[in-house]
Amino acid sequence: MKPAERLKLPRQHMPEQPAEARARNFREVNLGLEDRAAINEALRCLQCRGAKCVGGCPVGVDIPGFLAALADNNLAEAARVLYAANVLPAITGRVCPQETQCEVSCVRGNKGEPVAVGYLERYVADWAARHWDQVCEAAPPTGRKVAIVGAGPAGLTCAGELARRGHAVTVFEALHKPGGVLVYGIPEFRLPKDIVEREVDKLRRLGVRIECNVVIGQTYTIGDLMGEEGFHAVFIANGAGLPVFQNIPGESLKGVYSANEYLTRVNLMEAYRFPESPTPVIAGRRVVVVGGGNTAMDAVRTARRLGAEEALLLYRRSRQEMPARAEEVKHAEEEGVRFTFLAAPVEVLGTPEGWVRAVRCIRMELGEPDASGRRRPVPVAGSEYEIPCDVVVVAIGTRSNPLLTQTTPELKLNRWGYIEVDEQGMTSIPGVFAGGDIVRGAATVILAMGDGKRAAAAIDRYLAARS
Amino acid sequence: MSAYPIRHARWLAPGVRCLIVEAPRVARRHRPGHFVIVRPVEGSERIPLTVAHADADAGTIMLVVQAVGATTRQLCDLEAGGEVRDVVGPLGRPTELERFGHVVLVGGGVGTAVIHPQAAALKKLGNKVSAVIGGRSRPYVILEEELGRICDAVYPCTDDGSHGFHGFVTARLARLIDEDPDPVRAVITAGPVPMMKAVAEVTRPAGIHTIASLNPIMVDGTGMCGGCRVQVGGKTLFACVDGPEFDAHRIDFDDLAGRLTAYRSQEQAALEHLRQAVGEGSCRLAGAVARATGDALGA
Ligand SMILES: Cc1cc2nc3c(=O)[nH]c(=O)nc-3n(C[C@H](O)[C@H](O)[C@H](O)COP(=O)(O)OP(=O)(O)OC[C@H]3O[C@@H](n4cnc5c(N)ncnc54)[C@H](O)[C@@H]3O)c2cc1C
Ligand SMILES: Cc1cc2nc3c(=O)[nH]c(=O)nc-3n(C[C@H](O)[C@H](O)[C@H](O)COP(=O)(O)OP(=O)(O)OC[C@H]3O[C@@H](n4cnc5c(N)ncnc54)[C@H](O)[C@@H]3O)c2cc1C
Ligand code: SF4
Ligand code: SF4
Ligand code: FES
Repeated sequence: MKPAERLKLPRQHMPEQPAEARARNFREVNLGLEDRAAINEALRCLQCRGAKCVGGCPVGVDIPGFLAALADNNLAEAARVLYAANVLPAITGRVCPQETQCEVSCVRGNKGEPVAVGYLERYVADWAARHWDQVCEAAPPTGRKVAIVGAGPAGLTCAGELARRGHAVTVFEALHKPGGVLVYGIPEFRLPKDIVEREVDKLRRLGVRIECNVVIGQTYTIGDLMGEEGFHAVFIANGAGLPVFQNIPGESLKGVYSANEYLTRVNLMEAYRFPESPTPVIAGRRVVVVGGGNTAMDAVRTARRLGAEEALLLYRRSRQEMPARAEEVKHAEEEGVRFTFLAAPVEVLGTPEGWVRAVRCIRMELGEPDASGRRRPVPVAGSEYEIPCDVVVVAIGTRSNPLLTQTTPELKLNRWGYIEVDEQGMTSIPGVFAGGDIVRGAATVILAMGDGKRAAAAIDRYLAARS
Repeated sequence: MSAYPIRHARWLAPGVRCLIVEAPRVARRHRPGHFVIVRPVEGSERIPLTVAHADADAGTIMLVVQAVGATTRQLCDLEAGGEVRDVVGPLGRPTELERFGHVVLVGGGVGTAVIHPQAAALKKLGNKVSAVIGGRSRPYVILEEELGRICDAVYPCTDDGSHGFHGFVTARLARLIDEDPDPVRAVITAGPVPMMKAVAEVTRPAGIHTIASLNPIMVDGTGMCGGCRVQVGGKTLFACVDGPEFDAHRIDFDDLAGRLTAYRSQEQAALEHLRQAVGEGSCRLAGAVARATGDALGA
């Protein structure tokens, strides 16, 4: 097809569950492109030389490469190209912030809409799951043992890459189920859990051992792993963790949750099926979620699905500054979520029995830009007002989890408590590597995976140099 | 994935079960004060339980469980030869034990299981160790014999006077502080919240170092969710990573008691659901649970 013809093709729409219906169920919102639509979308790619989009992807997926194969309807080849750079495309296709990564760099976005790289990545990965068992052969055993701490995207990616190279890999996971944020944080309606399970199964078939219910720092220390337990290298990928509260009065009231707790109860513990699933969650009629990131968006949309008549997102800056993925904001709005910008809670008010009855807020205005380059919200004196509600979910970020680092004093941390690593991903302890949120602070799935992949290569070199 | 085999199971008191579970990694690392998070069967809720005893050589831990709701009841329904689906730990910070001199351990109901491992460790450090343990009536006083083998003195207390001291553990503690020739240097307490609060008030005037083992609702036990937050000295702390033991004189017990009631109506629904699923007739525990539910032993 000629470039002029390609240019004429409009961006394909993602079929979705109707907003009315999906605001009350936990099934996936996006239904996936039809075959014809996927090919048409792939044809929109201009096959640029030195494609800019590739530079926007943290793991450097050969985007024109897999799109060319897809446009040819050669799905096996498209999958091969895609998986060469990205071992979890069914996940990243769904959750990457494409509008700030690959798609923002697409030249077609200069005039009109960028190629829907995310939708197509998902399309190819879902096809592969049905038709193409791409578990690759593991190299012959090297006799080297590597321990991985945490079964989130960073740990799982690193495990896969190391197993392929013939190393014996054991992943230690604190929870009873592997997946990290992919299973306890990101809800089913954005990322069905069977997709995560499928990826984990693939790793198992590759020979990766996954041991749940092991908390490194408690059950074993890093020293135990490198000593008695006989591992030759360790990759730490225990995520960010510890939720931040605002430290305002009333945060102990019944009905105040961190987003992590609220989402963990609903996702990992399946509280939306209560009482068939025995873990409860307080399903408010009027729910206020504080924050503006992906976590806040997931919480507020979950509140709607748990039956909230009113689900309100309260963000202290304005719409432009919201860090959440654009698609989530759009979906939330369609699902009847209300947004209040430029306001922040100063107190949670309770009933005499200790239940939440309202949040007291103060209005903000935007002042000078702060360190992040965004304009700093400044409280407007005397502008306090109350929002009646029965559940408040706090989604204003996380701090580093000290559980592992405090039992590993040799591990060098930065001043926020995150682990310091060199260009190789190695920490201050030889043979111990780290990546993902515990190094970057709360970041993204694909950045965590990128770290896992780079660390695997570095660990492989480290082990080779030592054998 | 592997589960955790149950070696022994027996009733310690009505509705209170003692399980010896194979969990070698936990047993090896265990220190007094540690707890585990358990899921009895696939699909269960995650609940925290203190490690009442650990045998590193045998690779086992002892759990003492009071059936108060759906999940503890599922656990109490398990038999030797069966298995616990998930056991993770050891979690929390170990108790800060030192040579205090005379230490009194105050346990109410299943809280007595918490102080059990501390008694042995304190004794080893050369302390004089007394235990004041309470229950509603005679059958509810647990681990008296075990503690008797370790401690210098054990003072059982019952609310109805059917065994030992007639009255609350706090009254017996106050008397011990007044009358014992060896001045009480430290108190460690575990049990129902109102009891721990009262213990803190008994020791406050004399400024006796007092530690309480808190039992907030937990989910992950790794510091990730913040559900276990408690107010200590005006600060918000996470019991699973900062505790579960804190300076009793600085704990806001009313705050904790309030938060523990957050799911009361759902807990009833979950229990009802389990009853229907299991079938009331076939359930040995029904009676015990009915007696134990909502009943703070030893308080
Ligand atoms: C609600 C929510 C929504 C998000 N949405 C998006 C999105 O749409 N797109 C996107 O790109 N990013 C999103 N993110 C961010 C993204 O999920 C994270 O950046 C990513 O998961 C980090 O990966 P990780 O492997 O470093 O850690 P995690 O995913 O946090 O995994 C860490 C794992 O380690 C385990 N662990 C912790 N401590 C220990 C220990 N001591 N021993 C053993 N195991 C341990 C944990 O249980 C966990 O399973 C979201 C985050 C949240 C919370
Ligand atoms: C560190 C720690 C150690 C503990 N040790 C023991 C022990 O050794 N033996 C023992 O019998 N119990 C212990 N508990 C309490 C035990 O975890 C609860 O009794 C159990 O979770 C109740 O679950 P359920 O589903 O059976 O009851 P539910 O019906 O859920 O609740 C019954 C009551 O238990 C409380 N509760 C509910 N869920 C939790 C939870 N996840 N964590 C804490 N309390 C909860 C509620 O206040 C409620 O009033 C401990 C708790 C903590 C935090
Ligand atoms: S992995 Fe993410 S950033 Fe990279 S191409 Fe795929 S969707 Fe884009
Ligand atoms: S920049 Fe856009 S058009 Fe060019 S190769 Fe990448 S996806 Fe295709
Ligand atoms: S139980 Fe989740 S942070 Fe303590």
